[in-house]
Amino acid sequence: MNETSKSHSLHLGLIAVLALSYFVLPAYHSGNLASVMVIAIYAMGYNLLFGYTGLLSLGHALFFSAGLYGLGLVMHLANWTPLPAFAAGLIAALVVSAVIGFLILRTTGVAFMIVTLMFAQAGYLTILYFGKYTRGDEGFALKQASRQIAGYDLTDPGVRYFCALLLFSVTLLGLAYIIRAPFGRTLIAIRENEERARMLGYNVTAIKLKAVILSGVVSGASGATYALLFGYAGATFATVQYSIFPLLWVLVGGAGTTVGPFIGALFMFYLIDYASGKTEAYLLVVGVTLVLVTLFLPHGIVGTIRTRFLRWLP
Amino acid sequence: MEFGPHLLLASLEGATTAAVLALTAMGLSIVFGVMRVVNVAHGEFYMLGAVLAWFIATSVGTHPALGFVAALLIAPLLVGFLAAGVDRLILRHINYDPERTIVATIGTLYILQQTTLMTFGPDARPVEPPFNSRIALPWFEWGENGFEFYFPWGLSTTSYKLFVIAAAVVILITLWLAITRTKAGLIMRATQQDSDMAQAFGIPVKTVYSVVFGLGAGLAAIGAVLVVPIQQAYYLMGHDPLLLSFIVVIIGGLGSLPGTIIAAILIGISDGIISVFFTPTLAKIFATLVVAMVLVFRPTGLLGKSTS
Repeated sequence: MNETSKSHSLHLGLIAVLALSYFVLPAYHSGNLASVMVIAIYAMGYNLLFGYTGLLSLGHALFFSAGLYGLGLVMHLANWTPLPAFAAGLIAALVVSAVIGFLILRTTGVAFMIVTLMFAQAGYLTILYFGKYTRGDEGFALKQASRQIAGYDLTDPGVRYFCALLLFSVTLLGLAYIIRAPFGRTLIAIRENEERARMLGYNVTAIKLKAVILSGVVSGASGATYALLFGYAGATFATVQYSIFPLLWVLVGGAGTTVGPFIGALFMFYLIDYASGKTEAYLLVVGVTLVLVTLFLPHGIVGTIRTRFLRWLP
Repeated sequence: MEFGPHLLLASLEGATTAAVLALTAMGLSIVFGVMRVVNVAHGEFYMLGAVLAWFIATSVGTHPALGFVAALLIAPLLVGFLAAGVDRLILRHINYDPERTIVATIGTLYILQQTTLMTFGPDARPVEPPFNSRIALPWFEWGENGFEFYFPWGLSTTSYKLFVIAAAVVILITLWLAITRTKAGLIMRATQQDSDMAQAFGIPVKTVYSVVFGLGAGLAAIGAVLVVPIQQAYYLMGHDPLLLSFIVVIIGGLGSLPGTIIAAILIGISDGIISVFFTPTLAKIFATLVVAMVLVFRPTGLLGKSTS
């Protein structure tokens, strides 16, 4: 098999394993896996910018919550049905990431991280400021009756699982395709040597803006999916912590790999779940993992497997 | 209260904020200036200063002043040593790579914060101020009978708040003299200007980095010890000082020490005034956006020099 078909088999194999898992795993774990697939979409969106383009954002919670509230608010306040509301979530994320992307790309390096952090913080405070509609930190629940698509009840565990799997698969295969396409190759060229990419005649800023928008829309899709499937939107999802999480997932799983974000999200989900059963201070494991990964595993789990054993890993 | 006295009161509150902020932001600024890294855990070193101050003050526990003085001397030292340890154990091994340092200090942030939650607990705890007499302030006006002054109700400050301002000024002047007039300051400036050349001249650059990282954290801790009799020690209290310090360091120009002081005064006092006259959330949104825009359109800050 050549590398392309190997990576196709890997992605389709992962999707098949996830589909089978629903029938094998106990209800508790398949419920967890549905959440992991949704947050893995977020991690994959983040990975496009961080892992492939080399831009470290500390403000992706802004894009996630744009999708979350884009869908949540129109369903909650205007009684939209899920599909148009999902489109509203994507459009909200698109607009926010286009405006923010236009501004943040004027900065580089450390300034880029701080500016993204600041904009996300402003976004979080804006959600609190309009607490009359968003209900602030407390958040609001979406009515069970409204979460139906063509007769399928999204609150049913099975429907929810396969809906999450569908969106996860679309994102995984879509991003894997984009990364192999000329656009994705250009992103990697920018990550490796921005100056050289510019010299070769690429409009680096325009390409980076497209990457920010694509990454923002995928993150927003994850937020919209989360609100739709789990029926809740709250300002907690816009805090700094939810900007740090995708960074953590991608770092643990392996930046610049297609399946790394999922592996990282899965690993951290269960680690945090285990720790929160033991202690109130469960975020300690987040800190320890971040430090250990930075010190000893700079390529993450999948990245290390790629450098050591399987060179073909996408 | 009328507008004039109200404004004076707001500026006085702001001046106390500015004094503490100047110390905290100076710590962040020195670390960035010399080591070229952003310490995201800076707010947690501030928080640790306050929490340790509570532990020290309660265990000394005879007269509030004695406990406070002990806290002011010991807490920043402990925090400084801890930070130097973080530098040796973590930052040195990732070669101060800017992006990896940010990730590692985010990790350190959670470790310090959650460890405090496990030991100190989720409650906010007060430290008694060493002295705290209320000082009423007069207000002058041109009235019908010419020039007169009176004491408007509510226009007052405390002796402790004035002490905080004075203490911050003394510490910052001492720091300034240490950097510009002593051998240690010279070594620090040499490392800042060109670490490779400093290394070639026999300056132990790695030790300088550890000391500078400890000094930066110690300054944040001093600020926190000073503020803890006014606010309370709480395991999540590091968040706002971190963001405000970022704002100050950026507005003042990354790595510019005089810029940091000027920006701290500007931000502290306007924070006091804005939060008296506007809703705090709107004020914060506005301030955050302004800072983001400064970074976007003037990345070197207001007083910063461009680095090539």
